[in-house]
Amino acid sequence: MNAARRSGWVYVVRRLLQALLVIWAAFTITFVILYLVPGDPARLIAGGDGGVEASPAQIAQINKEYGFDQPIYVQYVRALGGAITGNLGMSYQMKQPVTTLLGQELGSTFALAMFALAIAIVVGVMLGSITVYTRSRWLAKLLDSLPPIGASLPTFWVGLMLMQLFSFGLHLFPSAGDAGFASLVLPGVTMAAPGAASIAQVLAKSLRSSYAEPYVEIAKAKGAGRFRVFAAHAARNALLPSVTVMGMIVANLFAYSTVSETIFSRNGLGLALEKAVQTKDIPVVEGAVLVVAGVYVLASLVVDLVYPLVDPRLRASSSPVLRRRAQKAVAA
Amino acid sequence: MSTIQSYEEVEAGLAERGVPTPEPHAAERRPRGDVRRWLLAALGRPGLVLSVLLVLLVVLWAIMPGLFAPYDPLKTDTSALLKAPSLAHLFGTDELGRDVFSRMVHGTTLSLQTTVVAVAIGLVFGSIIGLFAGYLGRLVDGVLMRVVDVILSIPMLLLAMAIVTAIGFGSVQLAIGVGIGMIGSVARVMRSEVLRVRESMFVDAERSMGAGTLYIVFRHILPSAVGPVLVLAILDFSQAILAIAALSFLGFGAPPPAPEWGSLVAAGQPYLATAWWMCCLPGLLIALFAVCVNRIARELQERRSR
Repeated sequence: MNAARRSGWVYVVRRLLQALLVIWAAFTITFVILYLVPGDPARLIAGGDGGVEASPAQIAQINKEYGFDQPIYVQYVRALGGAITGNLGMSYQMKQPVTTLLGQELGSTFALAMFALAIAIVVGVMLGSITVYTRSRWLAKLLDSLPPIGASLPTFWVGLMLMQLFSFGLHLFPSAGDAGFASLVLPGVTMAAPGAASIAQVLAKSLRSSYAEPYVEIAKAKGAGRFRVFAAHAARNALLPSVTVMGMIVANLFAYSTVSETIFSRNGLGLALEKAVQTKDIPVVEGAVLVVAGVYVLASLVVDLVYPLVDPRLRASSSPVLRRRAQKAVAA
Repeated sequence: MSTIQSYEEVEAGLAERGVPTPEPHAAERRPRGDVRRWLLAALGRPGLVLSVLLVLLVVLWAIMPGLFAPYDPLKTDTSALLKAPSLAHLFGTDELGRDVFSRMVHGTTLSLQTTVVAVAIGLVFGSIIGLFAGYLGRLVDGVLMRVVDVILSIPMLLLAMAIVTAIGFGSVQLAIGVGIGMIGSVARVMRSEVLRVRESMFVDAERSMGAGTLYIVFRHILPSAVGPVLVLAILDFSQAILAIAALSFLGFGAPPPAPEWGSLVAAGQPYLATAWWMCCLPGLLIALFAVCVNRIARELQERRSR
């Protein structure tokens, strides 16, 4: 095995370890936040059944059952051990394992987030491209002012306005529920605006700097048409930086599913989280944070590992493994 | 002939030879020219001027809501239930006959207070982390920046929800939650500024003269790093407004009778089909305010990078 190939593997392994470290740290931080605060979880659990004052014996029973009578580090080690083996504890309110509970909801939210991401990418790329491509000065200026506005719209307000217009006004899409594609449209569009805004912003910026590069001059000098210069030379390189913001966009989509799913009464991770916060169902909140942190870490990991595949400059230097994989992909 | 002449001597000599000298009052006149130039520049960018004016107006609402709100925000009026917007009720009335506009104006106080506290928390703790990570380097930097990475890997809204679950609902709690969520980005910017300043000549000079770490950090590094961090803070301000409004909309803010921006929009949701103004207009105001703060922040950012 030569040195270059080994360095590629080292990069992948290091990146994987880093990802695991971030997830572990996210788990620890939420554990600290959620379990070290004043408050008696046993009372919360007992209070779940209609607010009848629990007897001391009941409290002691719950404390024993959930392990609250143990020292905090024992609880931490136990929770961490559980999380590693996929056991996130029992929900206080639903009396159900958190893993099962969130597992049921994840699919619906995943579909919603991916739909919103697709809208964000399409709108963001179009907006960013046209802003730079257009010859009309005022159109460029107008389009340039859209992303900051898109990033400043309150998600919940956008959702309510869409519902008013398209559900109550035009009767085009349902205002609630999660049956079929039609019910995906409004909540998806609701969440897409901030992501589209940040993609458009990053893309327009890197397109502009791309246009200042010598290779664009050369392409022009060789007589390439305006669109060809844009699509084959400027955009090809400019698209990459907008890939890096994808991890954060996906994580934010999962976080804002709380707002979107609450407004449109869709079952999913967001609605479960909203209910859990309302009822102080700590294990569910902890689990949801862990899932979203995991989504972010996974998305950034994919971005980092795919990046060298699409960018030849990185491929040549850092990762021979990925270079080989890219060659295979081209050959196939 | 003397070798060194003072400025006055040179000027006098020039005047003797009939060379016109600058008018003595030119320096005094400059401020007025500045104001005029400033006004002209302002006229050329109506968006920025409007943004500043709207932000100022909203800040005034927050300070003295009673002066701007036409009605008592809590007073119910059974003769004016769910009235559409009119001159008497700019934003219409709600299901109890309360004036929505007055409630928004009064809600400004709580919402803006919460946002200011949140930004302050993010700014102070983020700056401290960034300062020490950047200045001390090595292990401290490694550990602190990993913590920051983790904070950044959890979306602000989510972290705030976890914190609110732990410490309870309310405005201060929201501010703490959102503030902690902002620590990460502030710490990053502060750190990179510190790294930039740390290697500069004057810090080297101080260090060689035996100045202590704390002295150098607070006397030299902090002042030169504060600019970019403040610009980021204003940019974060618009994000904090949105996050706090969203959390308040979800019902994690102050309890019901107290008006708050997000919860006011939530209060209108059941009447969405019949009384559009209850959600639409307050939400529009929140959006407008966030857009304006964002506009100002971007202007400041551009000026710094120029």
